[in-house]
Amino acid sequence: MSDTWTVAGHTFTSRLIVGTGKYKDFAENAAAVEASGAEIVTVAVRRVNISDPSQPVLMDYIDPKKVTYLPNTAGCFTADDAIRTLRLAREAGGWDLVKLEVLGEARTLYPNMRETLEATEVLAKEGFKPMVYCVDDPIAAKQLEEAGAVAIMPLGAPIGSGLGLQNQVTIRLIVEGASVPVLVDAGVGTASDASVAMELGCDGVLMNTAIAEAKDPVRMARAMKLAVEAGREAYLAGRMQKRRYADPSSPLAGLI
Amino acid sequence: MSANDTLEITINGEIRRQSAGSVADLVRALGLDPAKVAVERNREIVPRSTLADVAVAQGDKFEIVHFVGGG
Repeated sequence: MSDTWTVAGHTFTSRLIVGTGKYKDFAENAAAVEASGAEIVTVAVRRVNISDPSQPVLMDYIDPKKVTYLPNTAGCFTADDAIRTLRLAREAGGWDLVKLEVLGEARTLYPNMRETLEATEVLAKEGFKPMVYCVDDPIAAKQLEEAGAVAIMPLGAPIGSGLGLQNQVTIRLIVEGASVPVLVDAGVGTASDASVAMELGCDGVLMNTAIAEAKDPVRMARAMKLAVEAGREAYLAGRMQKRRYADPSSPLAGLI
Repeated sequence: MSANDTLEITINGEIRRQSAGSVADLVRALGLDPAKVAVERNREIVPRSTLADVAVAQGDKFEIVHFVGGG
């Protein structure tokens, strides 16, 4: 049986969601998405350049018919701004599956959970399916789920920091308590970080900078694909118990 | 077309003079593909299906957005 995951009725095989920001150009971005095997990409909603409307656009390089666009609310600091952005996103793309993030401050890009909860409630009432970026707090995760979040997306470390999962205990507690998919969103720096998230039982991992700022983004995208798969397999296989001391792998009997 | 037919409106924060017409006309006049953008008029979404039916009025404030790369 294939190992798939489902969010708000949409089923996916790849457990890696990648961002589309910070790339050198659209061609490199598209090549990285291809190498990552991702079936979902996050996108931002911004004003069109009315003085130069002929500039190339993302949709010319990454086909929304082949890859699911997940519009985000990056840069929004209030529930109102985030809701307004996603209403526009729904009109632009026709999708109700969206990524909600309401930021608290520019320095840490930590989420403002009060505004995030409020926005989740409003969006759910308007028929959106919000996947929600949040703090790694198991209680907040529960509250978001009650408010209508279709996926819980705790940060592993600050956005764009590449520091790796700073609190594996809270991520595990969120996974254990959730009845919707849990994806680590933000903080992954290299392949092993993605594996750690998957080994904790997360349904997926979302990342942007770790791939876009690698020296070879396309190669890193492939590394992340393998890391997510490896971590998932390890989680399903069930790891050995840790021991405090050594335990030989070769038999002691028959020693010369 | 006389100067009387032009309207002063705001698009993405820029004040512009546009000739009268529908929102769909406006989007096309800007060189944009209506299928690839979303339009907000005075803080209300203009559904794509009604772009041709809604007339641009003097003083309207538009936001016209599309998808760009982001994380």
